[in-house]
This record gives sequence, structure tokens and C-alpha cells, in this order.
Amino acid sequence: MTEPVEPDFDVIVIGAGIAGCVTAYQLAQQGRSVLLVERGEEPGSKNLSGGVLYSRGMEQVFPDFLTEAPVERRITRNYINFINGDSSVAVDYRDARLAEPVNAVTVLRAKLDPWLAAKCEEAGALIMPGVRVDRVLTEGTRVVGVQAGDDELRAHVVVAADGVNSFIAQDVGLRKKPPQHHLAVGVKAVVSLPRKTIEDRFTLTGDEGAAVAAVGDCTEGVGGGGFLYTNIDSLSIGIVVRLDDLTAKKKVVTDIFDHFLEHRFIAPYLEGGEMLEYGCHLVAEGGLDMVGDIVMDGMVVVGDAAGLTLNTGLTVRGMDLAVGSAVAAAEAVGAALDQKNTSRATLAAYREKLFASYVGKDMETYAKAPHFLETDRMYKEYGELLADVLYGAFNHDLKPREHLVKVARGSLAHSPLKIMQLVKDGIAGARAL
Amino acid sequence: MKPLPVTERLTKNRFNLDEEESHIEVNQEIAKATGTGKAIVACCPAHVYSEDPDGTIAVEYAACLECGTCLAIAAPGALKWHYPRGGFGVQFREG
Ligand SMILES: Cc1cc2nc3c(=O)[nH]c(=O)nc-3n(C[C@H](O)[C@H](O)[C@H](O)COP(=O)(O)OP(=O)(O)OC[C@H]3O[C@@H](n4cnc5c(N)ncnc54)[C@H](O)[C@@H]3O)c2cc1C
Ligand code: SF4
Repeated sequence: MTEPVEPDFDVIVIGAGIAGCVTAYQLAQQGRSVLLVERGEEPGSKNLSGGVLYSRGMEQVFPDFLTEAPVERRITRNYINFINGDSSVAVDYRDARLAEPVNAVTVLRAKLDPWLAAKCEEAGALIMPGVRVDRVLTEGTRVVGVQAGDDELRAHVVVAADGVNSFIAQDVGLRKKPPQHHLAVGVKAVVSLPRKTIEDRFTLTGDEGAAVAAVGDCTEGVGGGGFLYTNIDSLSIGIVVRLDDLTAKKKVVTDIFDHFLEHRFIAPYLEGGEMLEYGCHLVAEGGLDMVGDIVMDGMVVVGDAAGLTLNTGLTVRGMDLAVGSAVAAAEAVGAALDQKNTSRATLAAYREKLFASYVGKDMETYAKAPHFLETDRMYKEYGELLADVLYGAFNHDLKPREHLVKVARGSLAHSPLKIMQLVKDGIAGARAL
Repeated sequence: MKPLPVTERLTKNRFNLDEEESHIEVNQEIAKATGTGKAIVACCPAHVYSEDPDGTIAVEYAACLECGTCLAIAAPGALKWHYPRGGFGVQFREG
């Protein structure tokens, strides 16, 4: 492959989200000339996530991340809630080990991303906010730069870190428009509440935080779930619903969102709060199947743009995978620049590094999760069955008590679920998650 | 806390409206024939789309939160949608 003559930069990164910033930071630290282009007025101003960042990967890149970066709370309480119309069953998992060392923190992207971009700038990268890249420039099969309005800028390598819509890679023919069952829409509000109120309502002390994951009636039976995460003095609340199921069931997405916020088991957490912001964003849900092609001559694709998100039903993980892919990409791009060969074959080291890291390993581990989560029963019958079993145990209606196993059998007989389905789903779930 | 209606909710957000250029264009015929019109009305979290009595889809592009959902579910040719020009559109302060 021939290299472009005298490009303007070693690397141009498209998109100052987590994947783009972490890639740009590390390449700048290697001493490369890096341009980071962001369409938002400021980095972070277009970005939205639920907000639980599994932080170990970030700490490998920024050792002082937890003390320096604008993080909200350390998650020490995971509350998994099966919600039905008038009943709910929850697993309340609290563990001091989640605090030391810190495992996950809540973040707000409009605050985190500017911090990351400032780190890139400190490391020597040039940041260009308020500029939308319209397309990449190509010569033959090679990407040689980017076009933004009338400007053309050239680089040895372009990094597409433009998020889940991945228009850049689609435009150049590297990736296809994803099918609807590989995408979900997340709708979210940030609700302000006094710090003390949050700590009381979720029984937290200091900077401890809680993450509530809800499935069942919260999405009116549409495949997906609800989330409620604590920030310092606000809550992040929202739903994530699969597009294929949303359109098939002809539901209005804002009705589902309102239903969740007004649900009798959720509304009390929000009482007295004020909605500060309302947003939405797509989530890549295809898992391993969605990753596809992420390398071509002169270009690599990182983060959500590469389909790197994992929904295991209880957690959405994309930010930590964005970090992991950025680390793999920066290493591979750096090595290719040293070899003065940025062809697809050389840059393929990115893919190898990615799949050797926690990102690729976890994508492989959870490869069956998307398919399993398409099981409709997950979103209705299971929560109801659990509640019925517990109702049998707690409802002392003066009838003679029965052993729990018998109660469970009785509840199952009344449930639309069949024992074989239960066994099959149980095995499939254990294999997928 | 009762959620406000969507239009009022959106007034809490910051937008830099591009007065000169809409980033959304519906092909009314294809939208009608394929059912894309009704689908995007139901799926847009910002209520950008609404259906007029004659079936035409009206577009309030200024309210768009730029998620890409409408494009993801639209039938081929029914919708032209791209990101607003650099610096324009929604600017999240929380995220
Ligand atoms: C509702 C919801 C809940 C989630 N919850 C979690 C969670 O709890 N934990 C977790 O880890 N993950 C979560 N995720 C996933 C997570 O948000 C993403 O995986 C993560 O944001 C991906 O980062 P990224 O840098 O790849 O992409 P993005 O953050 O989307 O960044 C892409 C950047 O590129 C810019 N850009 C795009 N196109 C252009 C262009 N043409 N020119 C210039 N700039 C451009 C954008 O403005 C943006 O800044 C959630 C997602 C959603 C929607
Ligand atoms: S991108 Fe999202 S917010 Fe904008 S019109 Fe489409 S569905 Fe609505």
C-alpha cells in the first residue's frame, strides 16, 4: 500500500466520545500528531448513556481517574427488580467488596467527556469541536482523510469513533445498516433531588451509589428494561427497548417511558424531583454478531461505531468496551505508523488485540445473550410467576400452609408458562449469561 | 413527580437551532405506502413527527434529539436523515 504524501496529521479521530477521546489521548501520548473532530459544540454535548461505567479499564489509561475525573457515585448496591403491574420481586445485592477496589461509578457524559477531551489536549492532541465530518476521503481502497464542509484534511490513519449510528463506516461501505433487532432505543431523563434525599431513599452513605435494573411491566412487555441510577444530586432514569419489538407491538415509546416513571414501584423514588434534561440515544444490542468489519486500509472503527456494546439484561456495558477498543486501536495504529504501513493487513492487529482483551472475551462469553433476551417470556410471565410463589408464601389467608415447592408448582400450573419452557429458558439463560 | 408532556419536557434542554437547514426530509408517498409514517410517529422519543388528518407526516425538526431511531426503522427511501451541521442541534448539559 502506498502512503499518502505529507498528510496533515498522523491520525484523525472522528468523534470525541469515550472511544474517540481515549484513542486520541493514547496516540498523542505516543507523540503522534492527532486531530480530534467533534460535531457537538463541546465534547459530550451530543452524548448520553445510562451512566454506570465499569471503571477498571479507564483506570489503566488514567491511573487517577477516580479522584480526578468528574465521577458521581461508586456503585455498591445493585438492585434487580422484576416489576409486574401490582407486584414486584427484587434481588438487592450489596457488597463492600464492590467499593474496594472500586468496580463501577456513575457518570454524566456532558461532564465526563469534556474532562477526557481536556486530557487529550494536555497530551498534545488538537481538538476541533463544532465540526461535523461529512465523509472520509478515499483513494482506491484506502481512506486518506476526512472532509468537513469545504475543508479536506489528510492523515495516515482515520479512526471512526462516531458512535452507534456509524455513518462514517457505512458511507465507505465497510459496515451495513444494522437490522432492527440489533438496536434498541434508550430514553432517559435526569431528575434533580437533594443529595440527602437520594442517600435516604436508597440507604446510601457518602459517595456510595445504587443501580436499579428493572424488567417486566416497566416496558409494557416490550423487550428491554428500565434503569434508575444515582448521581450525586440527581437520578438517571430511563428505559431501553428493542426496536424490532417496539415496532412489532406498535407501542408508543414515550408512553412506555411515562409508564415507567409513574409506576407505583418507581414513582416514590422520584417524588419531589425536577426533570433537568430529557434525551434519547440508540444502543447497539447485537453483541458479537454486530461487530463485523472494523478495519480497512487507513481506517479503524472503535467503540459503539464498531457495535461494541453488551446488554446482559441486567447491565448495559458500552463505555468500558469503548475504552478497551480504544486501547487496542491505539496500540495497533501506533505500531502501524512505526512500520510506515497502515494497510488493512497491518491494522488488522487491532482486531487481534481487541479479541485478546476483556472486550473480545466478554463479547464472546455473552454471544448468546441477545438471542436469549429476545425471549418474550422474560418481560412478563417470569416476574408474575415469582410474585405468585412469594404471594403463596406470605399471604396468610388462614388456609393451611404448603411447602414452597408445592406453592411453586401450583403457581406454575396457573401461569401460562410450561415447565419445559422453564427448563429450556433456564438452560439457555445459564449458557447465555 | 409527574412527567411533563414531551413538548414541555424539551424546553428544559438546550438547542442551537439551525434556522437555515432542516436535517430531516420525509418522502410522503413512500412513508405512507410502507407504514413508515405511522411507525416514526410512534417511535420518536421527541415527538418530532405527527400525522396530519390527510396522512401527511409533519416534521418538527427543531425538537430532534438526534438518536437515529427514525432512520433505523424507516423503509428504504422513506426518510432522509443526517446529523445537523456541526455545532447545531441539541446540546446536552447532563447526558
Ligand atoms: C440509554 C442508554 C444507557 C446506557 N447505559 C450504559 C451504562 O450504564 N454503562 C455503559 O457502560 N454503557 C451504557 N450505554 C452505552 C454507552 O453509552 C455507549 O456504549 C458509549 O457511549 C459508546 O461510546 P463511543 O465513544 O463509542 O460513542 P459516543 O459516546 O456515541 O461518541 C460518538 C461521538 O462522535 C461524535 N460524532 C458522530 N458523528 C460525527 C461526525 N460525523 N463528525 C464529528 N463527530 C461526530 C458524536 O457527537 C459523539 O461525541 C448506554 C447507552 C444508552 C443509550
Ligand atoms: S433522530 Fe430520534 S429524536 Fe430525532 S426525529 Fe429521529 S427518532 Fe426523533
